[in-house]
This record gives sequence, structure tokens and C-alpha cells, in this order.
Amino acid sequence: MVTFLGINLFGLFGQLLVGLINGSFYALLSLGLAIIFGLLKIINFAQGAMYMLGAFAAWLALQYMGINYWAALIIVPLAVGLVGVLMERFLIRPIANEDHLYSLLLTFGFALMLQGIFTHMYGSSGLSYSIPEALRGGTKLPFMYLPDYRAWIICASVVVCGLTWWMIEKTKLGAYLRAGTENPQLMQAFGINVPLIVTLTFGFGVGLAGLAGVMAAPIYSVSPDMGSNLLIVVFAIVVIGGMGSIGGAILTGLGMGVIEGLTKYFYPEASNTVIFLVMVIVLLLKPAGLFGKEA
Amino acid sequence: MKINKFYVVMLLLALVAPFFLYPVFLAKLLCFALFACAFNLMLGYVGLLSFGHAAFLGTGGYITGWLMMNSGITPELAILLGTVVSGALGALYGKLSVKREGIYFAMVTLALSQLVFFIYLQAPFTGGEDGMQGVPRGHLLGLIDLSDNMNMYYFVLAIFLFGFWLIHRTIHSPFGQVLKAIRENEPRATSLGYNVNDYKWVAFTISAALAGLAGSTKTLVFQLASLTDVHWHMSGEVVLMTLVGGVGTIFGPVVGAGVIVTMQNYLSGGELGNYIHIIMGFIFVVCVLAFRSGIVGEFQKVWKRNFG
Repeated sequence: MVTFLGINLFGLFGQLLVGLINGSFYALLSLGLAIIFGLLKIINFAQGAMYMLGAFAAWLALQYMGINYWAALIIVPLAVGLVGVLMERFLIRPIANEDHLYSLLLTFGFALMLQGIFTHMYGSSGLSYSIPEALRGGTKLPFMYLPDYRAWIICASVVVCGLTWWMIEKTKLGAYLRAGTENPQLMQAFGINVPLIVTLTFGFGVGLAGLAGVMAAPIYSVSPDMGSNLLIVVFAIVVIGGMGSIGGAILTGLGMGVIEGLTKYFYPEASNTVIFLVMVIVLLLKPAGLFGKEA
Repeated sequence: MKINKFYVVMLLLALVAPFFLYPVFLAKLLCFALFACAFNLMLGYVGLLSFGHAAFLGTGGYITGWLMMNSGITPELAILLGTVVSGALGALYGKLSVKREGIYFAMVTLALSQLVFFIYLQAPFTGGEDGMQGVPRGHLLGLIDLSDNMNMYYFVLAIFLFGFWLIHRTIHSPFGQVLKAIRENEPRATSLGYNVNDYKWVAFTISAALAGLAGSTKTLVFQLASLTDVHWHMSGEVVLMTLVGGVGTIFGPVVGAGVIVTMQNYLSGGELGNYIHIIMGFIFVVCVLAFRSGIVGEFQKVWKRNFG
């Protein structure tokens, strides 16, 4: 056992790794929420349900159609994104001019329905999805054992988040998106199809949740309520980071995962609550959030 | 005067109802009606959607349950203390949540109530997953035996009427008028010199205390306090009750609670029990898309059009 200043390094790095993995999912989900919020000014309460849908879709695809993990990684986010597109077009757009609280309630109801349907069909105990063969091994590092699949999750999520950030901040498409956030009327006047961009953005944000779901399927059990508990934590993270910046959402997600991991090592009793406590502290000191621009 | 007659009729109905329907069911209905009314004070009259009111319902329930099992005080005192603790928690949470608005307010309250959920899950006194079972109902003022369901019902009715009256009084007070002003146009209320956040905070505290009162009473009725009451599902249910009945109407939450509780009771017995969350989600979606004024709101519209 390697120890440093009385700390068991194996245990510490193990929890840090778990924290980074949770953080990867937090980052993907809060990134999706932030993108949707930027244009539509609504919070998608169904984001957790979409993550669950992604995991179930991967499981169903393997079970009934023999679609393997790597194909699911591409197909499932697209399919979940399509659900998002339909949801925006037929449920959210009709009430876009009402108080935003209504669209929030609508997504909440939609999430309840999805969760209810999957609970009814597959029970609440959870299904297992095996890790793809190529990633079953692991690497022995001097201070810990690093399973390949976990390393893959962290890398993949950082790459996806990074690409999304680059796309929004550096490309022309991203410029449209940012302009739409600032002033949709003016953009429409320039001849850009704003409703289409809104729909696609919603689909993209939801698709990210679907992707996170596929990635989560092999390490967490695939169950109907896997999304709802995660989503509440992600809400706290969004409040901590503020939704002013895409980069902020990603960094806060990863950072909170690490803090949670550290808490699990040093004071496990508080590991469920530490992120909510951080939120309380942030609300006291900087109510707009760490990266937020407005209250 | 029309309204007053209506109140008298409702009161008479409530008084004779237990002779025709099961009193425990009616008491449950009244507890949820009070809970929904308390919630509606925030959503309907301040325009803030709290997604964490289960925290206050559950806190009231646990405190009252613990006191009834361990302290030997009379039920009215246990309920009073449960209400006070919920109100204190509400004051604390209110201070934090009113710093953010709109959608953020909903997220903050939801996250804070999840914090409470995890604390109760781990704290030794709540009984964790099992909850507190077999809470004695005790003797009201040391005299009236509440284990008799009829006595219990009339006690709950009295509590409900008190809560309902308090909310009615709050809404129609100068304080309530300021709340409505904040709902309609917050910057203007600020520019008129009102400290908007303080008003929101006081309203939140009242709302939380009344939700606690509902939870405390509910624990006595069912002789049970459990994690179900602090779960986010419960926070969602109270939103649904208010939405179905009519947001921002005084009777809406009562009607909504009646509809949802009756539906749940009916479904949980039959073969549709498994579909309960699907059905509730569906009602949510339909209400938001096509029925935003709720039952009482729609009724008022029709009434105004034809008789107003």
C-alpha cells in the first residue's frame, strides 16, 4: 500500500477517478442544458430522461438488433436527438410565447411519462450492458489501476465537450447560435431561419444527453430512474456555474465531479450532499454563479 | 355575497362529508389541499415556481412524528412544533432561493430539497428507508381521542380551515397586494421602493410553514412519516395539483388536490396502478398545452362570459 502523509494513495486516486467519471457525465449533461438554455431560455427537465433513454436505446439495440456499442455511440445520440427535435417542434414551440415556467413543466411531465413507461416495461431494478471487448483491459499505473473503459469515458467526454465548445465559439454555425442568443429578431431579419436553428439546437442538446446515456450504460446499471437523480445534481451544478458560458458549464461539471470524489474519500457521509452544499456557499458568496453574468 | 354563500355551502358539505365517505380518505384530501394551497401562495401570487416544497411537507411530518413517538406531548403541540421547524427551514431556504429568479429559482429549490432528502435518508432519527411507522395519534388537548377517525377528520378540517383562512387573509392584505405587484411587474415594484426580495422571502416562509402544517397533520392521519414525502416526486405532484385546479385561484389547489388524490386512490387499487406515473406525466403535458388556467380558472372564464 502506497501512503503519503498518512493518506492511502490507492484509495484516493480511485475515488478521484470515480469523481472524474461522474464529472464527465455532469459536464455532458450541463453542457446540453446550457446550449438549450442559451437559445430557448428554458431548462429541459427531460434531460435526465433523455440520458436514460440513451442508455436504454443502447441496451435495446444490442439485445434485439445486434447493434454493438460503437455503432450505438453514433446511432443512439442521433435517435435521441430526433426525439428532442420532435418534442421541440410539437410540444414546446406551441407554447413558446407563454411564460417559460410552462415549458419547464411540460418537459417535467414528459420526463415523468418516459420514466413511467420504462419502469412499466422493464421494472426498476436495472439491466446490465457489458463493456465492449476492446476496452475490457486496464493499465497498471504506479499509484493505481486504470480500467480502459473508464479512461475512455473521460477522454471521450473531454473531446466531445471540447469539440462542442469549439463549434459554438469558433465556427460560423456557432456564431449564428450566439447571435440567436443575443437577438433572435435581428437574426431573422437577416434571413436566417431562426425556428429551424432553435429546433436543431434543442435536438443537439438532447442528443448530448443521449450520448452520455450510451457511455453510461456499461458502467452504471441501466434503470428508469438513472436520469432523474443525476439531473438534480446537474441542476445544482448549473446553479453553481451559472449558464453564462459554455466553457464554464464544462469546467464546473468536471470540477464538481472531482470535489465529490474527494469527499467520498475524506468524508463519505457527505458525498451525496457536498455538491448541494457547494451550491449554498456559491449562492451566498456569488449569487450569479461562478461564470454567470446575471442573477 | 355570492362568494360568501358559496363558502357556506362548501363548509356544510365538508361537515357532513364523513357520514358518506371514508373519513381517512377525506382527511388525506384536506392535507394535500392545504399543501397545494400553500404552494400556490408562491406560484400563483408571487409567480415563483418552487420545485422543493416536499422538503417542508416532509420536515413537518418527521418532526411531528418523532415528537409523538418520543416526547409524550399532545398532538396539537407536536403539529405546532412541526410547523415552526418547517417554517424555520423555509426562512433559511427562502433567503437563499430568492437570490435567483424564474427558472433558477425552481432549480435552487429542487436542489435544496434534494439536500434535505439525503439528510433524512442518512439521519438516524428518521428511520431511513423504513420511515417512522406506528406514530400514535394521541389525545387532542389531552382530552379528545384522535384514534377515532371521525374526531381525527374534524380536527384536520379545523386545521385546513385555519390554513385556508390564513392564505386568504394574506392574499387580500396590503402585503398580498405587494406580492401581486411583484408578480405582475417586478422592476416597477422595486422602483416604487419595495424591497422585493424581503417580500418574496416572507411569502416563502409562510408558504413553507403551511406546507409543514400539512405534512405534520398528514403524519398524524396516516400514523406514518416516510421518505416519499420528501422525494422530488412529491414536489412535482403538488405542482400538478395546483396546475390542474388552477394556478393563482384561491380554490384551484383544493379542487386540483381533490382530483389528483382521488385519481391516485382509484388507480392504485386497480390494474392501472402501474401506469400512475405515465398518466400523471400525460396530465401534466395536456394541462400545459391546452388547459393552462386549470379547472377553476376555466370555470371562472365561462362564468364571467355568461353571467358576469
